Amino acid sequence: MFNYVIRRLLIALPVLLGVTVINFIIMRMAPGNPVDMLVNPKLPAAAIEAKRLELGLNDPAYMQYLNWLRNLVLHGDLGYSMISYAPVTELIGSRMGPTLLLMGAALVLGLAIAIPLGVLSASRQYSKLDYTAVTGSFLGISIPNFFLGLALIYLFSLQLNWLPSSGMRELGGGGGFLDVLLHLILPVIVLTANVAGRNIRYVRSSMLEILDQDYLRTARAKGLREFLVVNRHAMRNALIPIVTVLGMEIPILFGGAVVIEQIFSWPGIGQLTLSSIMNRDYSTIMGLNLAAAVIVIAANLLTDIAYALVDPRIKNSYRGAAQS
Amino acid sequence: MTSLLDVSHLRMAFDTDRGKVVSVEDVSFSLRPGETLAIVGESGCGKSVTALSIMRLLGKNSRCEGGEIQFEGTDLMSLSDADMREIRGNRISMIFQEPMTSLNPVFTIGYQLTETIRLHLNQNKKQARASAIEMLRKVGLPRPEAIMGEYPFALSGGMRQRVMIAMALACQPKVLIADEPTTALDVTVQAQIMSLMKGLCEESGTAIILITHDLGVVAEMADRVIVMYAGQVVEEADVFQLFENPQHPYTQGLLQSIPHLDGFEEEERLVSIPGSVPARYSQAEGCRFANRCSLASERCRTQPPYAYVEEGHAARCWEAEAASEEEEAYA
Repeated sequence: MFNYVIRRLLIALPVLLGVTVINFIIMRMAPGNPVDMLVNPKLPAAAIEAKRLELGLNDPAYMQYLNWLRNLVLHGDLGYSMISYAPVTELIGSRMGPTLLLMGAALVLGLAIAIPLGVLSASRQYSKLDYTAVTGSFLGISIPNFFLGLALIYLFSLQLNWLPSSGMRELGGGGGFLDVLLHLILPVIVLTANVAGRNIRYVRSSMLEILDQDYLRTARAKGLREFLVVNRHAMRNALIPIVTVLGMEIPILFGGAVVIEQIFSWPGIGQLTLSSIMNRDYSTIMGLNLAAAVIVIAANLLTDIAYALVDPRIKNSYRGAAQS
Repeated sequence: MTSLLDVSHLRMAFDTDRGKVVSVEDVSFSLRPGETLAIVGESGCGKSVTALSIMRLLGKNSRCEGGEIQFEGTDLMSLSDADMREIRGNRISMIFQEPMTSLNPVFTIGYQLTETIRLHLNQNKKQARASAIEMLRKVGLPRPEAIMGEYPFALSGGMRQRVMIAMALACQPKVLIADEPTTALDVTVQAQIMSLMKGLCEESGTAIILITHDLGVVAEMADRVIVMYAGQVVEEADVFQLFENPQHPYTQGLLQSIPHLDGFEEEERLVSIPGSVPARYSQAEGCRFANRCSLASERCRTQPPYAYVEEGHAARCWEAEAASEEEEAYA
């Protein structure tokens, strides 16, 4: 198992390198550059040229990439934002917390709804509850995030005035636990609807497949209660495919966060991503991209490790692979 | 000897997309303590449905439309779910046809075994573990302690079926229902599993209901035999009576279609029963075997009686000896 993880981490290195190269190329192919966005176009050409020199934009593109890579590898340095001059690591670090809070809450809540509802819905297939759950899940998937977000803001912030419409803290003096919690509610509802919607279907179909397996008949023939047959014997098996889906959930949530953070002005990674792309803030874009790639790779690795924990057959094959 | 399990006039129906299907009709038999009763018949004749109804393990779309199943004086069909669970795995247990899929792949053998033991016998974890290891040893598995910690994927089909037997017999049940326990196994392993089952059951005084379509196994194992055809019992007899003097044309056909080595002439062809089981047999009137039977006559259009030919030997046929002689209708 340990060897397996090491091997996977080593494989991750070339993947990360490739991601940064591709990202750099695409980024440089986009029209405009940081100076255009930053500087008043009425400035004399010499001043603009000086700025370009300062930012190193006049070097050949591959040199710029190699410089970036050298700083990263040798010093763990992602450089400075070309717009705000803040260190990129610091920028990302300060934005990571709010995003993780938002996503974590949505993921936990979404699963807390999806798993029990999916299991119930499968074990009572074609009942009213099943139809309700499937319909709800369909709605959760099909309503676009931005629409649900705006609708909730309209209803709960503008009409009822119950909840704040944007930001993470009240301006001036806010920031307590309750304050953040109130700000969290609406964006988390939107993301949760999405997560739960997707996963109810996965859990339900995975459970349905398991429910007519022979070993459940064996479990019943032992005299086990139906509750244990479903929640112990069937669930453990149904969880295996669900683990895969969970691993995919994390990148999806990162993508969804870009939209949601924009709508709710949530001070997270998504908002930073969008603004740095708008400003052609090359170094920040590179840093964010690297961070996203690391998260996706880590999520995949964690999925595979979780796999081994829920499925003894896979643990065995890891063991076999390590020996070979 | 009083009987342990009495199935009388059992009728099971299923709701399907194409309407109601009655798959078992008017099935009656009784099982005495410690005996081995074989239920024989071709695929789809209702053997497994009968077995699963005794355990009440048929799904939601099944219904018992009549008859009762008396086990030690109580009607299983009228028990509450909780009382029925007390019986399953404890007083009546079952092993299935497919050892490869009958064990849960994500739990260890030890876990699955002790789960049954702790459910029914009042034992703590340590005692249950000891009992489980003892059972594994009894079913002839090598290194029982190590196997406790193994997952099913590490075991062969024969070993898994041994585990299933250990699980089924762990609580010393009164009845063991074995639904084609060796069909999925290699021929070399079949005999081992059968004799193991027989031996252990004799030891604990457990009666066996053996469901099979292998008449060779029946001859080896059974005390009495029930032959089923199209959802009905067509013949019931002591194993010797059945092989010496089969009454129902279907039973005769089955016996003739077993290949045998001695006295087999070069040009002789193996007998087979023409045709196949009618699909919606519950709607048929008269004898359900009539359209495949060489003896069929006009009166086979009406339901033949289930008549006793001699003590303990009955057949559902107009041509059966007693039926033609005395018209002594039963049922």
